Amino acid sequence: MADHNINIKVNGTERKAQVESRLLLVYFLRENLSMTGTHIGCDTTHCGACTVLLDGQPVKSCTVLAVQADGREVMTVEGLETGGQLHPIQNGFWQEHGLQCGYCTPGMLMTSYALLQHNTEPSELEIRQAISGNLCRCTGYVNIIKSVQHAAAKMHADQTEVKGGV
Amino acid sequence: MESSTTPRTSATVCGMGHSMKRKEDPRFIRGQGHYVDDIKLPGMLHMDIVRSPYAHAKILAIRTEKALAIPGVLAVITGETLKQYNLHWMPTLMSDTQMVLPVEKVMYQAQEVAAVIATDRYIAADGVEAVEVDYEPLEVVVDPFKALLPGAPVLRTDKEGKTDNHIWHWETGDRAATEKAFAEAEVVVKQDMYIPRIHVASIETCGCVADFDPAMGHLTVHMTTQAPHAIRTVFALVAGHVGLSEEKIRIISPDIGGGFGGKVPVYPGYVIAVAASVVIGKPIKWVEDRMENLQADSFARDYHMTAELAAKKDGTMTALRIKTLADHGYADAAANPSKFPAGLFSICTGSYNLPIAFTEMDAAYTNKPPGGVAYRCSFRVTEAVHAIERVTDVLAQELKMDPAELRFKNFIQPDQFPYKSALGWEYDSGNYPGALQKAMDNIGYVELRKEQAEKRQRGELMGIGICSFTEIVGAGPSKDFDILGIKMFDSAEIRIHPTGKAIARFGTKSQGQGHETTYAQIVAEELGIPASQVQVEEGDTDTAPYGLGTYASRSTPTSGAACAIAARKIRDKAKKIAAHLLEVSEDDLEWEVGKFSVKGAPQKSKTIQEIAFAAYTNHPPGMEAGLEAVNYYDPPNLTFPFGSYICVVDIDRGTGEVKVRRFMAVDDCGNIINPMIVDGQIHGGLSMGLAPALFEEISYDEQGNISGGSFMDYLVPTSMETPNWETDKTVTPCPHHPLGAKGVGESATVGAPPAIVNAVVDALSHLGVRHIEIPMTPEKVWNILREKGVAE
Repeated sequence: MADHNINIKVNGTERKAQVESRLLLVYFLRENLSMTGTHIGCDTTHCGACTVLLDGQPVKSCTVLAVQADGREVMTVEGLETGGQLHPIQNGFWQEHGLQCGYCTPGMLMTSYALLQHNTEPSELEIRQAISGNLCRCTGYVNIIKSVQHAAAKMHADQTEVKGGV
Repeated sequence: MESSTTPRTSATVCGMGHSMKRKEDPRFIRGQGHYVDDIKLPGMLHMDIVRSPYAHAKILAIRTEKALAIPGVLAVITGETLKQYNLHWMPTLMSDTQMVLPVEKVMYQAQEVAAVIATDRYIAADGVEAVEVDYEPLEVVVDPFKALLPGAPVLRTDKEGKTDNHIWHWETGDRAATEKAFAEAEVVVKQDMYIPRIHVASIETCGCVADFDPAMGHLTVHMTTQAPHAIRTVFALVAGHVGLSEEKIRIISPDIGGGFGGKVPVYPGYVIAVAASVVIGKPIKWVEDRMENLQADSFARDYHMTAELAAKKDGTMTALRIKTLADHGYADAAANPSKFPAGLFSICTGSYNLPIAFTEMDAAYTNKPPGGVAYRCSFRVTEAVHAIERVTDVLAQELKMDPAELRFKNFIQPDQFPYKSALGWEYDSGNYPGALQKAMDNIGYVELRKEQAEKRQRGELMGIGICSFTEIVGAGPSKDFDILGIKMFDSAEIRIHPTGKAIARFGTKSQGQGHETTYAQIVAEELGIPASQVQVEEGDTDTAPYGLGTYASRSTPTSGAACAIAARKIRDKAKKIAAHLLEVSEDDLEWEVGKFSVKGAPQKSKTIQEIAFAAYTNHPPGMEAGLEAVNYYDPPNLTFPFGSYICVVDIDRGTGEVKVRRFMAVDDCGNIINPMIVDGQIHGGLSMGLAPALFEEISYDEQGNISGGSFMDYLVPTSMETPNWETDKTVTPCPHHPLGAKGVGESATVGAPPAIVNAVVDALSHLGVRHIEIPMTPEKVWNILREKGVAE
């Protein structure tokens, strides 16, 4: 099996490695980089626990090869917090009880984060559609939707504040 | 016991009744949860499992040479390997036996056949591909009714003298009186129903890291278990003969990504990993993939039931009779209390004043995975509630009565509690009419019936379904409840530090229920120490007090009670210290949240923090220093949460799709510790009730091939199928629990499916439809519509 030299920017830091062709991105993150926030739930792209952003797009890292991410940017749950400050989506899940066992949470956070990057005021249906590739067995989704709405409201308020300041 | 719906403590203290944000969440939202698969130990090896493609076959040969030739593959473990240590079979929790690895034959598709140990997960998988196994297929039995016919092939040839596939017969109630009541009844209805095999499918699968230290002879197993202490004892009992003694075994259950009953049993993978670690002397990680999880781990349900209800013409129920055949797969590996092979199925008289009842059950072996665990329900309560709530609607239909009216007519009344049921339970407390009335008022039941009538005129299919369930949870009183002889008490240990902060440890184990928060709130309620200053720990058998674990909604009824009592013991000692400090008699002191003060002189007081400091710096002469307590709580009775659910569905005549338009859940779980968490538990439970009602099923073809063996075709509901749950509550405290609480994790899973089925049948009742089996898939519903001539 051929080995490849790859260079992936993970949460802003370049990570170089020599990997087998078959190594999945999720294992590269979890095993090679010891970043275990990204979880594995189904191996078949159904559950979304492994969702990360690849060049800003949510992808299921259990069906992306590490070599496919070569030269690209990956963002994981570990990249949400900046300067010791929780991202509003993280805080939203905390405030609205959007998680229970926590296992699907990193994937849910990344999918929701991606949604809010291009849709700052999503409707309930848009949120439901966005997270429909992420399974949660604990919450029944109702509080996850509230969590995303909580974050959207906060991000909207922050943006207004910034604009008002200028 | 008083009903407490408003908190007695401040938001800073955050005792019972506060919707405290969860203490566990900061790590989860940062991706810093610590699950089994996150564990990496020096020198750790990986295990992967070879599984059978056949449901029943003789093993002729297992050839491992090619696998062992792969660089990085270190060992292949087979049944023959384990046989050397007499570890190829193990007992189940129901005193049956199951294979760890087979020596002679396999009994279900995906059964473990051999295990490959390698330096890397990918190489272990390569090794699995390279192991060659020769099988000779044998006749397969998948239907439990056929399994019990004379001449059916006997599956458990390992059991000497076994001549059939019958496992056990169990019955309870008064058979003769029931037969008489049915013979004399004015009305009798009878309904067959099948609750299919389903799987909890927690998003985290099962796995472990077994770490044997050859120098010290210590075994540490990090594993996905809901019951770490019981598992330690089971390991000691099963492997004592190879030198694993209980004081040298440590089970650590780290963060668990959902359990729902599926992480109670001991699966062969755990045992093989432990054996491999002992033999090789290195840590071994085994984490199953989703297909293995769905295809080989313990299933739930699989009950074929026939329920009969006898009544008067005015709707008064007079007797209930239920006959059931349970399909247990090739071994009875259920996780029921020892004396209850059918779990608590005898709660099947439900919320009704049924004077006479009889139920009997038989269990059969088939060529399917072993099990019979819960799917977020307390020991077969879902099956029981499905039977009574479905047959109640069948009776309503027969009598042309409104199903709500029939329920009101037969409810056990609030003044009848404690209520002794015909099948022997003593219901603790309840207000069944109150819950149903509230649900009806909230959802606008009368208006919905009008809307339904109008829609029927237009040919639209809309249905309204009710379920008024009674749960039975919190196992359990030690006189009746044990698992492998270990009584089902549970425990709490609280230590107050000199600076007034606390650590509390429990015999239970959260899998998402939020114990780190709710237990802290109980300590806050009882001692006035802010919940934010109470550290909660569970899941490490080296540090936590012994307990039977978390399942069957038992944590609050058992460990929650233990927590309150341990805290009260601490308060008793604190009172003595306060009397010493204030130089008054104990009788002159009174407690209010967080401090003792002198009666009539409230300015003279000592806070719990001052008392804690004194316990280590200035304790009274003759008293032991320190401030800590432990309690092992043996509940005097089970608890009986209840509720009434109303579901409104619309059915698409073109596709047969059932759309849950509204769902109103009124729950009563007694006094509430954290309303936010309780609501979250109900949301989750409702979703796990929706799932089997409409989507989930694991079935087998005649050859024992599984369908529903991956998330490709095992349909866990997504955000698109799950409705906006509407919740409300009534509060009827438990009279025997120190906090008046009852437990809530499973009520909604139990109550939701019959409400949904009743709604769908209600939508089609005018067409003569009386019953539909779950899951009510579009295909199944559309075929009924076509048969009735209303499909579009």
